[in-house]
Amino acid sequence: MPVYDALYDFQEELQHILTRHEQGAIHAAQGYARATGKVGVVLATSGPGATNLITGIADAMIDSTPLVCITGQVGSSLLGSDAFQETDIVSISMPVTKWNCQVTKAEDIPSALAKAFYIAKSGRPGPVLVDITKDAQFEAFDFEYRKCVEIRSYKPAPVLDLLQVKKAAALINEAQRPMILFGQGIILGKAEEEFRQFIEKTGIPSAWTLLGLSALPTDHPLNVGMLGMHGNYGPNKLTNECDVLIAIGMRFDDRVTGNLDHYAKQAKVIHLDIDPSEVNKNVKVDVPVLGDCKETLSALTKCVRLKSHRTWLEEFRAFDAIEQDKVIAGELNPTEGPLKMGEVINQINAFTKGDTILVTDVGQHQMVACRYTRFNQTKSNITSGGLGTMGFCLPAALGAKLGAPDREVIAVIGDGGFQMTIQELGTIFQTQAAVKIVILNNNFLGMVRQWQQLFFDKRYSSTELVNPDFVKIAEGYGIKGKSIEDREVLNESIKEMLAYDGSFLLEVKVGIEDNVFPMVPSGASVSDIRLS
Amino acid sequence: MVQAFTISIFTENSIGLLHRITSIFTKRHLSIESLNTSESETENVFRFTIVVFTEEEFVQKIVNQIEKQVEVIQAVYHLDEETVFQEIALYKVSTEKASEDNLVEKLIRDNHARILSMEQEFMIIEKTGHKEETQELLEFLRPYGLIEFVRSGRVSVIRPKTELHKEL
Repeated sequence: MPVYDALYDFQEELQHILTRHEQGAIHAAQGYARATGKVGVVLATSGPGATNLITGIADAMIDSTPLVCITGQVGSSLLGSDAFQETDIVSISMPVTKWNCQVTKAEDIPSALAKAFYIAKSGRPGPVLVDITKDAQFEAFDFEYRKCVEIRSYKPAPVLDLLQVKKAAALINEAQRPMILFGQGIILGKAEEEFRQFIEKTGIPSAWTLLGLSALPTDHPLNVGMLGMHGNYGPNKLTNECDVLIAIGMRFDDRVTGNLDHYAKQAKVIHLDIDPSEVNKNVKVDVPVLGDCKETLSALTKCVRLKSHRTWLEEFRAFDAIEQDKVIAGELNPTEGPLKMGEVINQINAFTKGDTILVTDVGQHQMVACRYTRFNQTKSNITSGGLGTMGFCLPAALGAKLGAPDREVIAVIGDGGFQMTIQELGTIFQTQAAVKIVILNNNFLGMVRQWQQLFFDKRYSSTELVNPDFVKIAEGYGIKGKSIEDREVLNESIKEMLAYDGSFLLEVKVGIEDNVFPMVPSGASVSDIRLS
Repeated sequence: MVQAFTISIFTENSIGLLHRITSIFTKRHLSIESLNTSESETENVFRFTIVVFTEEEFVQKIVNQIEKQVEVIQAVYHLDEETVFQEIALYKVSTEKASEDNLVEKLIRDNHARILSMEQEFMIIEKTGHKEETQELLEFLRPYGLIEFVRSGRVSVIRPKTELHKEL
């Protein structure tokens, strides 16, 4: 209450977005942070307000998103007494925050917040939480704000070790079949340009993780596509044939590596990362290069020789041709049957030409959208990666649009995830944020259904959804809506959605038993990737 | 190979840090064998001594994840042979039963234990040493009306003459 009362006087200076649920608030803050590269801020009240943030905090932790979460707390004299709406949010959030603290005195608030912002955005970014007791919110004190620039026990980034850079360069210079795996570290480190210079000098084929997507333009000649479970055929197959594997700002997630016992065993591994605890965590590394990748990449570029790997790159392109023939053509340009998710994305691409911010949820639509959306600029792909949080998309898209109002923001959501935070349509309505919402509706929790089909004899246990009329719901919130299922109207409907001045919900009814391929089955090696 | 590792963690003194550190063990489903916290030789720097039984690769990952916590200054791990370590144990036994013969006195002498307090009804014996030693005395004393037993966490210093948290 005291904080909100104070905010009343600062409505011009400080834009406050009232979401319908705290989970919506934190995902919106995440979307804002990911679209802008700035710290997202979320306020929640004590008790349930604070606990409703936890999913988003855990999501931001695993995806390294800078957030400052401020929670209210009961008065300090009541702490530990099970007072009304008291919850030990500091303990609850501890394993999923980069740092957190409780403030019980007003005079400690400025330094706690200064520290919070510094920790959230420096080094490997992450969520922090500051819990402020009610009495501290009421107290008057002499305000003084000092920016935090240093904490003695905290080293945001390791110091660049030139010897390691030289060792890595030696391996790269000798490599015949080198391959790069790049992740979100490039985007977080604002090192897109350094990365481009590095790959162009070395001529190394480069594949992206889900969160690394958009760090390198889709049509860059050295971009060989997506890694992992539903990634592209070439980079998965050739991971087990390269001689030097260079991982940059990525963490060898199990969805990227598949079975670790059969992962790149033939390759020497170089790992560039800001977080020393990521080195050797999942994959044994031969040459770690620790530090901020903006710095390490430019140092490395100086030490490597100008090279090209044309024949090796052609191997990737040969796999691309197979994938194009067996998977992509049928997905992007089908001529019969129900609409496919891929063709919807393909039609969106035709209008947006790679300039949109794509926000996705979790599941089949996410994999398809990330596989096929084209990107020209960085910070354009916002999705829940590590935690796989259904319900992330809609509020994150709102946050992205508020952070980047001049960019087109398209939320591509499944019918399942949409209904997990559907209430945020209210916030979109209230803020008039012109978010375009595309629901790829297959009336199923599609990815789970796909697994049930492929690995559990089509026993569709609790995955079928009886859905409401999404268009009517949108209209109830004053958002223009349209539902389609015919191929003939797909193009014009997307055009209508994008041309519309304001938020627009387009429901596209797609094939209910469509599957996402390629696929590395759970527990299999990346080179055992299946095309059907 | 599963063996004992002593993890030494140097930290700021902040509320809740213990929980933050132990949750890293919980996350990896690793049981903590013993835990001790105290001030270190440097003012305002606290020291955690944690003993775990696991494999070296595993302890390395845990130590890395502990060290990256904002309020942790440094975290290291050592094998038993690289450290000098002790635990302290207190035993409360019935004075009457313990005085029945001279055996208890002999045990105390032989085990380098000492009597901290002697009351009419009970006596309190203290022994410092490695766990096996305090455990051995425990087993000896059981027949003599053992009323209470407690053992501390391990405290440990490393053998080379280097300061662990040299960056301060």
